[in-house]
Amino acid sequence: MMATPFSLTGGEVRYDRRPVLRGIDLTVRAGEVVAVMGSNGSGKSTLIRALLGLIPLSAGRAELYGVPPGRFRDWKRIGYVPQRLSIGGGVPATVREVVASGRIARQSRLRPSSAADRRAVDRALSAVGMADRARDPAQELSGGQQQRVLIARALAGEPDAFVMDEPTAGVDARSQETLAGTLRDLVGQGRTVVLVAHELGPLEPLITRSVVLEAGRIVHEGVPPIPQGECALPGHDHVHPHASASEPRLLS
Amino acid sequence: MIELLSYDFLRRALVAAVLVGIAAPAVGTFIVQRRLALLGDGIGHIALTGVGLGLLTRSSPTILALVISALGAVAIELLRVRTRTGGDVALALLFYGGLAGGVLFANLSGGSANLNSYLFGSISSVSPGDLWVVAGLAVAVVVILAVFGRELFVLCQDEEVARASGLPVRFLSLLIAVTAALTVVVAMRAVGLLLVSALMVVPVAAAQQLTRGFRATIGVAVVVGVVAAVGGLWVSVDVDIAPGPTIVLLAMAVFLGAVGAGRLIRMRRTGTP
Repeated sequence: MMATPFSLTGGEVRYDRRPVLRGIDLTVRAGEVVAVMGSNGSGKSTLIRALLGLIPLSAGRAELYGVPPGRFRDWKRIGYVPQRLSIGGGVPATVREVVASGRIARQSRLRPSSAADRRAVDRALSAVGMADRARDPAQELSGGQQQRVLIARALAGEPDAFVMDEPTAGVDARSQETLAGTLRDLVGQGRTVVLVAHELGPLEPLITRSVVLEAGRIVHEGVPPIPQGECALPGHDHVHPHASASEPRLLS
Repeated sequence: MIELLSYDFLRRALVAAVLVGIAAPAVGTFIVQRRLALLGDGIGHIALTGVGLGLLTRSSPTILALVISALGAVAIELLRVRTRTGGDVALALLFYGGLAGGVLFANLSGGSANLNSYLFGSISSVSPGDLWVVAGLAVAVVVILAVFGRELFVLCQDEEVARASGLPVRFLSLLIAVTAALTVVVAMRAVGLLLVSALMVVPVAAAQQLTRGFRATIGVAVVVGVVAAVGGLWVSVDVDIAPGPTIVLLAMAVFLGAVGAGRLIRMRRTGTP
């Protein structure tokens, strides 16, 4: 039996004693494409970082392929795309250098980059349509292009499962289409994807399950909530029917 | 220049200048990428306590500076991780403590005049013993960067991604801090503890005006570092001025030139004024 890529049982996270996530039970099986949705501050980014073991749980248990994050060694199976407004660092780095760094979990310390490394980087660059920008400084690209570079970095590592924090935030329509195409290929290859999104846009047909967070709890799980009729109108305040009555909140 | 090389002390100074010119900008590139440009200054202040202790106990100020600055680098890194708020105040306390301790110990030893050569550098007084230490440290720094460079690049770019790639983040963070401490001791004799950080930061700042990538930045920064260190030494001997500040001012001059050249390059690249 194939191990489950991600699972969180009774997950709770606190920042300075303030609970940010409460009672989260979430299991992502191999091949699923899960969208984590919710309003700002609902705990979406915290949830996926807890899923990866990047932040400590104050209660509950996280497992990556059946192993707690602290003892997990098979990081090459996981590709993480963080939410970044811009590619970090105070020194310029070329697009190729950033993408090539995604191979790190597959490289050993004393061996130089191999031909296989270079081929994987080439494939990742073309998958996001950035092959012609490989020698440009990543910092000089537009937000959407930088996001594509960060996705290419994860692709270069050839992981089985992807975790993407708001891959579509601040991304122009063309980059969104490119991203949807990349994601379609990944799904076709049976990869697992967990992504945080405000709006699904062109990604929507690919999502197999969506999880809606509100104030640190999962309030809805199922097929993606598709705005219809009045709810689809711009400016409509969407009050979710599953929200608990005691804490009504806007999902917008 | 050639006939100057017949002097032993100048040969040693020249070798030290080349080593410093290579090691400081190479480490500096990672530190600037990690947005810790002032780390070298902090370690330099702490290293002064080591120098003072060395003078006081009549042992090697270089070795004690090495030990104390390595411990200081570890302390800085631990403070950076542990304290989310108020970390800068804790760091400031460490820096002032290091500076005050150094001056006090040097005073107690009666060798305050000696302290000046560590504060502002005295590359022409490098002893053969010092040179061996400096050479060993410079080689260690280059080897560390060659072996761990790929991992340090990921760490300095994005710590969270480094963790999600399974890298030993805590070990690498300590490694880069301690490597910076080694570099501070290498550069101490050339430009002095108060100007150490300049050789870690200014060549990098100059290089990134001209480069588009990380590797290229390290390469150009090292060239700038060696040119500034050797050139500054030469000028200072030629016109009889202090070498430390001459080296740093030369590096700054290269930086200003690079800013102008970088503008021209970008203008030509984009085709807009």
